Amino acid sequence: MSEQEEDHLVLPVSHPSPGAMGPTGYWRNFKPVIDQEKCIKCLLCWLFCPEGTIIRHEDNSVSVDYDYCKGCGVCANECPVNAIKMVPEGEEQ
Amino acid sequence: MVNIKELPSKTLLMPGNAACPGCPETLGLRYVSMALGDKAVLVIPAGCSSVIQGIYPKSGIGFPILNIVFAAAASAASGLARAYKIRGLEDAQVVVWAGDGGTGDIGIQALSGAAERNENIIYICVDNEAYMNTGIQRSSLTPYGAWTTTTWTGKKEHKKDVPLIMIAHGAPYVATASVGFPTDFIEKLRRAASIKGLKYIHLHAPCPVGWRFDPSKTVEVAKLAVQTGIWVLYEYRGGVFRISPLSRPYAKKERRKPLKEYLKLQGRFRHLGEDDVKVLEAYIEERWKLYLNMEKTLGSKAT
Repeated sequence: MSEQEEDHLVLPVSHPSPGAMGPTGYWRNFKPVIDQEKCIKCLLCWLFCPEGTIIRHEDNSVSVDYDYCKGCGVCANECPVNAIKMVPEGEEQ
Repeated sequence: MVNIKELPSKTLLMPGNAACPGCPETLGLRYVSMALGDKAVLVIPAGCSSVIQGIYPKSGIGFPILNIVFAAAASAASGLARAYKIRGLEDAQVVVWAGDGGTGDIGIQALSGAAERNENIIYICVDNEAYMNTGIQRSSLTPYGAWTTTTWTGKKEHKKDVPLIMIAHGAPYVATASVGFPTDFIEKLRRAASIKGLKYIHLHAPCPVGWRFDPSKTVEVAKLAVQTGIWVLYEYRGGVFRISPLSRPYAKKERRKPLKEYLKLQGRFRHLGEDDVKVLEAYIEERWKLYLNMEKTLGSKAT
């Protein structure tokens, strides 16, 4: 028995980890697709993403974590240069 | 002023939590994490945020959390803050993350008590204007005219002004914020963390499920609430009352956006007639008059 499992037996404490409800990407109907050429690296999509599934890289460019993105579309709505499009799932551009 | 590019890129909110798409509470929790980092310890009474954490053995929120009953959030936080002090952990910041029902209805006696004793905690009320977690029942912070499952012809009473109640308690720091203006919220949180005593921040949080709008519009609706003047950002600190710069332009009625722009986005206001809109407009006017008068009398103590 691992130390963490033993810990759980003594006191049922939840440990923070991604995917507490499983891969929530399955909830998605529309998928945000970022046009990297249009992106001006303003980071507003990253700031306003309710899930934290917009990944911010070293040079302030962004990409989407599709495993957990729930497809709410806040990023596409807030992008000042319309660089993010919501594409129906299964219909790749 | 907070620079977006200088904010930490990793937050303590875990992706894959149980929140609905477009949830304003997870948005708010990310900002708390950006502002306070790992110094924050959350006390969460019953509400959406208790559910967002997800299922054992995983937790969707990376903060240490004490889940507690509705009526005891502020008293539990008081105890926690005192315990941390006795153990010498002075830099731990106890934060209550409560909904509008847990603040204005069920939790107000504990909050009032904590404010009277001036406990060293930050109390954040995430105001989504109804009991969303149990299925959209009215709370005392639901605005006039809004549909909920218990007011299906529209609520007949106005919203309770909890921040003003907290100012009346003489709390050292009281502020209003909105999820649509994160830099303002983060700035207020950081300022609150530097002050000793009870700090109260009222966060306006539009809920797509309960307010009946598209999840992609969460931030848009939050911004419109400020731009139409129905939600006013202000700060009360050490006896000085100031309207925040982001709300300042809307003190003049002609600079506000028409209220209908805010109402028409939301299904909960779909049934409103012209008369109801007039009642709401009169309410906005009356609130602004009060806040501007407060600023006049309480605005110039420090400078």
